[in-house]
Amino acid sequence: MKIKNNEKGLLRFTTAGSVDDGKSTLIGRLLYDSKSIFEDQMEHIEESSKRRGKEEVDLALLTDGLRAEREQGITIDVAYRYFATPKRKFIIADTPGHIQYTRNMVTGASTANLAVILVDARNGVLEQTLRHSYIASLLNIRHIIFCVNKMDLVEYNEEQFRSIEQNLKDLAAKLNIHEAFYVPISAKLGDNVVEGSENMTWYQGPTFLDILEDVEVSEDHDFEHKRFPVQYVVRPQSKDWHDYRGYAGRVAGGVFKPGEEVTVLPSMIKSKVKSVDQYEKQLEAATPGESLIITLEDDVDISRGDMIVGADDLPAVEQEVEMMVCWFSERPLVPRNKYVLRHTSAEVRCVVRSIDTKIDINKIEENNEDKSVAMNDIIKISVKTTQPIFFDDYKVNSNTGSVVLIDEATNETVGAGMIIKK
Amino acid sequence: MSNTVEINSEHLRELENEAIFVMREIAAQFERPVLLFSGGKDSILLVHLAKKAFWPGKIPFPLLHIDTGHNFEETLEYRDNLAKELGVELIVAKVQDSIDQGRVVEEKGVNASRNRLQTVTLLDAVEDLKADAAIGGGRRDEEKARAKERFFSHRDEFGQWDPKNQRPELWNIFNGRKNMGEHFRVFPISNWTELDVWQYILQEEIELPSLYYTHKRKCFNRDGTWLAYAPFMQLKPTEEVVERDVRCRTIGDISCTGLTLSTANNLNDIVTEIAASRITERGGRYDDKRSEAAMEDRKKEGYF
Repeated sequence: MKIKNNEKGLLRFTTAGSVDDGKSTLIGRLLYDSKSIFEDQMEHIEESSKRRGKEEVDLALLTDGLRAEREQGITIDVAYRYFATPKRKFIIADTPGHIQYTRNMVTGASTANLAVILVDARNGVLEQTLRHSYIASLLNIRHIIFCVNKMDLVEYNEEQFRSIEQNLKDLAAKLNIHEAFYVPISAKLGDNVVEGSENMTWYQGPTFLDILEDVEVSEDHDFEHKRFPVQYVVRPQSKDWHDYRGYAGRVAGGVFKPGEEVTVLPSMIKSKVKSVDQYEKQLEAATPGESLIITLEDDVDISRGDMIVGADDLPAVEQEVEMMVCWFSERPLVPRNKYVLRHTSAEVRCVVRSIDTKIDINKIEENNEDKSVAMNDIIKISVKTTQPIFFDDYKVNSNTGSVVLIDEATNETVGAGMIIKK
Repeated sequence: MSNTVEINSEHLRELENEAIFVMREIAAQFERPVLLFSGGKDSILLVHLAKKAFWPGKIPFPLLHIDTGHNFEETLEYRDNLAKELGVELIVAKVQDSIDQGRVVEEKGVNASRNRLQTVTLLDAVEDLKADAAIGGGRRDEEKARAKERFFSHRDEFGQWDPKNQRPELWNIFNGRKNMGEHFRVFPISNWTELDVWQYILQEEIELPSLYYTHKRKCFNRDGTWLAYAPFMQLKPTEEVVERDVRCRTIGDISCTGLTLSTANNLNDIVTEIAASRITERGGRYDDKRSEAAMEDRKKEGYF
């Protein structure tokens, strides 16, 4: 066994697009050309293609879903797909793009490092392009690849691509997107997907897969502010570990090292990190994303929902919270409604104080007149919580800036919130 | 074969961090979780991850084995040793008991399998134990019905999965709230692929039942799939029992576990074999070949 050291780790990306823009074909092409399709899967889609009267093998069938969906001809949910190249492993959150499925796009985007947005070369930037780009920026996805697809249908025309590219650049600037790429492709024929294109020698940039393989996402975590939500307290109370009391969790921000001073919220008690433990080992440091155990020098009463933070680097500790929310429920959101609010490992209740603005995501404009909230709407609201929560602005740290709203009557997840720190 | 396998440890570390997070979330959010243990590599991996998640404490939930009675001997031996070594409780629920109680009727014919009957035994056990979460080794790369599965998958009081009514899962905030009588299936290794599982087993040097390594076994070929022969199995007239060098790529009920012709006798060779394989692991599972939506149907009923 040899461990590789120059590796890039996981890349989670989301693809959004509508039925006809070739999204399924693009994913199918990516899987096929990167040799991630197995023989039995290939036989299966060859058979299905024939049965459905298609002349060529339809790569889009690789992402075919459940029978419930086939019968209705829709995609009901986020589907996850996996492939790997020698350089990297990828997880695709494949989400349907029709307007009523904003909730799925938000869900898929919430765990993504990168978003792929498809634009039809014949049509250029449409309302749905705005919608997808807005959601990517709202969820603070820092890397976006705009694939201008179906270049074969516009005779691989460079001018056509350049003019769409310019429009997309204007859009990216308006939305404050950290890093954007623009690639002319034909998903159906494979141009610039995995291999370069002989039909578009005027394009010198990387192919779609090149970008996926090389994009750097390890800096996307917040390394600056120490944040450790306590998830579970490990107390073996066994003979060998009689007095052991470890706080288990996943580092949400910053780097924790033994000896450093920390503050425990909500008690505000100060202590020092005694050790960072991870299954039979003591680590020199705890870095963002790692599941581990922190022990402290002092015997402090800490339980799930508490947060260990840098000694003099506190998050906001407040009961009045403002947030952008994507609404998921058929039951409308109205002021004075009460919900369960989940935030890191904490759970509190909250009451909606006001609905401040609604976003028209087809135009990316604020709508201050209509404040009714239906499923798939994106709004800014103010809530008051029963106890203070410890948070950062979502744009600074998505781990400590994100919340989920739950309906107490049905237990359903009804909203996804991104906190705005005043 | 004696290749040196290259392992991308960085992505395995990320998958491990995620799975351990989910394990701890289960212990924190539920009162009576059980870990579904079949003796297959995925459930062995789950136990290993649980061990790491709660170290230096013990795993805070029991293992539950749904026993079809059609087991490979090696699996049972492995199961008993593992439970003893970890000091965790092992609960066995038998499909035979469900048959004897008249809860299910044994399938007939050459393709008879107890695989589907397990669902009733499983749901009864969940109810009897008042389990509010059953931890499973399902992975999204296995099958298209699994590709839409959640980490925290809600089941109604009938134990059913409704693909159209699953809770959206955002960031790493999991909603395990439920009413009395309902439960959750939780899948900590949702994002692992078959190759990830094998690479991780190699990296962590996890001990596996001998079935996963090459051995000589009496088997027969049914519609292109090699199946292990056992006395209770009915053969078709054209089928012939022969001895072959085989190993299991997945382990389930003996009646539906496809065997791979292989001489791989160590993890290095197995990982090399899997990496080069052009057929999915469920390609050898007879239970999935029954129809295009076989898994989707079984899942809706409450299958693993």
